[in-house]
Amino acid sequence: MPEAQRPSFGGRPVGDPHAHYFREKARLSDPRGTTRRIASYLGRRKPALVLVFLCALAATIVAILGTRLNGYTLDRFIKTGDQAGLLVICLVLLCMYALGALATYAQNRVMVRVAQRSSADLRRDLFASMQRLPLSYFDRHSSGDLMSRLTNNVDNINLMLAQGVVQLFAGAVTIVGMLVAMLLLSPLLTLIGVALVPLMVLGPRYLARKTQPSFAAQQRELGNLNGFIEEAISGQKTLALYGQERKAAEDFAAINARYVKSSGRAQGLSGIMGPINNSVNNLTYMVISVCGALFVIKGTGMTVGVVFSFLLYMRGFTRPINDILTLWSSVQSALAGAERVFEVMDTRPEADAPEARELDWTAGDIAIDDVVFAYEPGKPVLRGMSIHAEPGMTVAIVGPTGAGKTTIMNLLPRFYDFESGSISIDGEDIRGLTAGSLRARISIVLQDPFLFSASVRENIRYGRLSASDAEIEDAARKARAHEFIMQLPEGYETVLSDNGGNLSQGQRQLLSIARAIVADSSILVLDEATSSVDTRTEVLIQAALLELMKGKTCFVIAHRLSTIRKADRIVVIDSGTVVESGTHDSLMAAGGFYAGLYNSQFASGMPL
Amino acid sequence: MIRLVLRYLKGPARAFAIAAPFMMLIEVFMDLQQPTFMARIIDVGVANRDLRYVLSTGLVMILMAVAGFVGGALCSLFAARAAVSAGGEIREGLFRKIQSLSCADVDGFRTSSLVTRCTNDVMQVQGMVMMLLRGMVRTPLLLVGSVVMAFLLSPSLSTVFLLALPFVLGCMALVMWKSASLFSGAQASLDRVNTIMRENLLGIRVVKAFSLEGLQEGRFGSSNQELTEANIRAQDVTFLLMPAVMLAMNACIVAVLWFGGGMVKAGSLEIGKIMAFINYLVQITNSTIMAANLVINLSRAIASSTRINEVLDRAPSLPAPASRAAPASLPALASQAAPTAQSAVPPAFDIEFRNVTFAYAGAREAALCDISFRLGEGGSLGIIGATGSGKTSLASLLPRLYDASSGQVLVGGMDVRDWDLPALRRTVAFVTQESLLFSGTVESNLRYGREDAGPADFESALADAQALGFVNALPEGVGAPVEQRGHNFSGGQKQRLSIARALLHDARILVLDDSTSAVDLGTEARLRAALAVRERGRTVVVIAQRVSALMGCDRILVLDFGRMSALGTHGELLRSSAIYRSIVASQLGEEAVAHA
Repeated sequence: MPEAQRPSFGGRPVGDPHAHYFREKARLSDPRGTTRRIASYLGRRKPALVLVFLCALAATIVAILGTRLNGYTLDRFIKTGDQAGLLVICLVLLCMYALGALATYAQNRVMVRVAQRSSADLRRDLFASMQRLPLSYFDRHSSGDLMSRLTNNVDNINLMLAQGVVQLFAGAVTIVGMLVAMLLLSPLLTLIGVALVPLMVLGPRYLARKTQPSFAAQQRELGNLNGFIEEAISGQKTLALYGQERKAAEDFAAINARYVKSSGRAQGLSGIMGPINNSVNNLTYMVISVCGALFVIKGTGMTVGVVFSFLLYMRGFTRPINDILTLWSSVQSALAGAERVFEVMDTRPEADAPEARELDWTAGDIAIDDVVFAYEPGKPVLRGMSIHAEPGMTVAIVGPTGAGKTTIMNLLPRFYDFESGSISIDGEDIRGLTAGSLRARISIVLQDPFLFSASVRENIRYGRLSASDAEIEDAARKARAHEFIMQLPEGYETVLSDNGGNLSQGQRQLLSIARAIVADSSILVLDEATSSVDTRTEVLIQAALLELMKGKTCFVIAHRLSTIRKADRIVVIDSGTVVESGTHDSLMAAGGFYAGLYNSQFASGMPL
Repeated sequence: MIRLVLRYLKGPARAFAIAAPFMMLIEVFMDLQQPTFMARIIDVGVANRDLRYVLSTGLVMILMAVAGFVGGALCSLFAARAAVSAGGEIREGLFRKIQSLSCADVDGFRTSSLVTRCTNDVMQVQGMVMMLLRGMVRTPLLLVGSVVMAFLLSPSLSTVFLLALPFVLGCMALVMWKSASLFSGAQASLDRVNTIMRENLLGIRVVKAFSLEGLQEGRFGSSNQELTEANIRAQDVTFLLMPAVMLAMNACIVAVLWFGGGMVKAGSLEIGKIMAFINYLVQITNSTIMAANLVINLSRAIASSTRINEVLDRAPSLPAPASRAAPASLPALASQAAPTAQSAVPPAFDIEFRNVTFAYAGAREAALCDISFRLGEGGSLGIIGATGSGKTSLASLLPRLYDASSGQVLVGGMDVRDWDLPALRRTVAFVTQESLLFSGTVESNLRYGREDAGPADFESALADAQALGFVNALPEGVGAPVEQRGHNFSGGQKQRLSIARALLHDARILVLDDSTSAVDLGTEARLRAALAVRERGRTVVVIAQRVSALMGCDRILVLDFGRMSALGTHGELLRSSAIYRSIVASQLGEEAVAHA
């Protein structure tokens, strides 16, 4: 449970450290709209659905006929002792049942394909829409929660589609068929039987309505749980180093307990459905039996065989109703899950301006003009930033942490949109360009390199998908990565795991540099990329990058003065604005902020 | 799987789990009476035209239905409680186990697979428990009960389905065997899909930066396809079962009609009994189908429980040593159970490596080769070297994140393998290269260093780590929220918070692995100065790329491809090591070399 409020350093109360997991409120549902949307996925496969329908129809007809024939057999052949007739009817029944079995088999096989493929479509659409979401969305939502939606929720939908829809379908057909048969047999008994149906439906419906919020709560808690597990397992090493395993386990126990509680409530309530159905069924049979017996005694022309058949019909009628009603709980789960999935899909994607132009070539003239930007409204990070870089120029951006350097790098490729000011390439505002083409012209090497679980070769190829193997190896050599790649178990074909976990930080940086080299674009952005690489290697990379940077515009955020020294222009930033600008020599001569920074490098003799 | 569930069914849940089937007994018993009573209505009531008998039998049936409902509802409630509780316990046990795994083990299992096992697989098992508790009693009881009742009605007719039974059981066994392997194949495909999704989420910046959206969709598409096909294959097998069972049962009904007809003609059976018999057959059919469903879902759950057991049964590769020893002078251990006595003189917190060789599991080459050095207590050692030269590997051996392949790592004169692991980790504070913060607040993260720290402790640690400035600038101060992985802080801020956390840990040995790479030089210099004061008298190991960070260390170790290249003071190395000279030259310029 959330910790009680404690006074903290700074005098402000400390809230629940896990509060952000519980931020979401219980959702209001729009079950009809959601159901229609899911149904539309199935609707893409109409011919198959028609086949399923026909098979279900066939199977139902067999079931109905078989049931009727049972009663008929009793009256016509057994009572009268007609052995020859009995033989014929038995053979007929056998053939019918065989056909029915075949129809059921075919129906199931086709339906499962429809359902699984529809689920696959949903998963694919979800993934695609995720790709188009703006970065700000990912900042606001924990990846564990998003993963929960992508996996658990989609799985629920899948389950419902794969198993639920078949039953719904077949069940619906059966119900109609049985009803018709019952009417033909005895309208009177049908009336009595049907009158009891509302009882069968009302109870569960009431129950379903009561359990809907529990299911939504359960899903929410599951998202929280997943988020926590995700974080704790990826941060395992750090937790171990601080001996925090026990505390993490305690926190986990709290979140787990919340999930168990909400889940228990949801499952428990929905479990009562079955017994309700069962007892209502029993009552129904009892009433029919008694009434039927009464009618037979009163001699209204009803025979024992008719009652018997009718009872069997009733069983056939109520069973699918029961099935559908018991399905309700998985339908609930699926709907709750579907809502969470559609929520992601309905989020406004990153969009290009309506008249956006494709950028195909650029000289690389970048002008950042008086840009104001805040990640969160009211907390500006850039307060009127202006930098100009001519084509082929190397601009080094220096400043204390949090001054806004990484932010500039985020704005250039339009990862975020800024409030005021403008950023132009070759004089054209980047907001008038398509994001995709803009990003293709900019190579980025991030502070925290991210690698995919693919081979080394593929990872480098991601810089430019059209690169040839020779170009990839050439880029690797330039990035001084070739040597260590060749020492890996399978060289270039070695598959990396979990964000390149089997490589060191420096090696990961080298790969991400190779990737940027392959990208071969006119604008290069390096965000402290080279600082995790030892300087012996860095010198070599510097040389290679210098080669590469010829004719390209390059923004470098680095702390290494050796890097900065060689830049064409140094821009010193503090608190979101430019403080100083010039070459190394001019700034040293000016004796300002930059000069102070440079001199502190020689602060001597203090062991750490 | 049963073993797994039984182990984690604790306390009241256990009582519920036992009670549930008993409740089900009541419901089943009531259900079983139905056909017989109906037969009585026909055979006695109708035959004798006894209205009162019919009505009174009806009344009894109502009472039975109500009793059945109570039993069934209670069973459901109990089953849900038990299953959900067991699921929660398994999840917690699994989580704790994962926490105790060593780095090598976690590498082996892969993070996303561990996450899937903790969530998805546990849910499968939980669902199965619920189904079993509800159906495990109901289905066999109904089945057996119906068979018994039918037998009682007419033994001769019963021989009919005694023939069908082996056929049905055979089908079930075949299906279960085949589907088990197919279902675990499907789970593996699910793992792959989840890995790609997770990667895409975590690496979304790179995906956007290189316009890889299309490529990723392609990769996703193919594993999505694979998953779909795997699911279809697995379910296809199960579809054979149902129609086969139904056909068998329906054939039985036909046989009953045939033989029963003969018996009625011969006068050895009443018609009402045939009706009842067929009713029981329908019950048996239904129960068999339910049992078949159960069996199919069981294979799914078994695949999941195997994956869970795989983790739970993994013997930790860093077991707590039998002796559980730690140097007696360690202050924080005063409250621990008495360790084996050490010598009267408290050992120094020195570090020694003796011929240490280390290779990561599955690597072709060793990361470290024959490393030997000693660092006395209170001394400082800088480690520098090219990328991949083994610096982080070396440091990881100190808190036993990994174990050396050969040779010894000694802390305080004792092999780290003989140390009580928690005590070792209290003694060695390690700031990793990749500063990882957890979601919560700044304060909650700092408390990882020391749980009982007070405001003054926070202030002091933050100040020394040069983080006080920006933390105070935040509206909530130390209570400021930290997003997952510390995304809402810059790289340099994260690093400084990590350092503050380590400082709070107040360990006798501090290891800093390239932990100021994102911090600007001015701040770094102030940091060094502050640490020099704070850590005076403690053993410090600094791994860095910048010579400026190491120059003041007592000694510097130069690593080259996992081997020791040179060891000495800054001045000594400038004179003796060509590698070191070139590093200094490239970073600080030729003048720094000349002015050694």
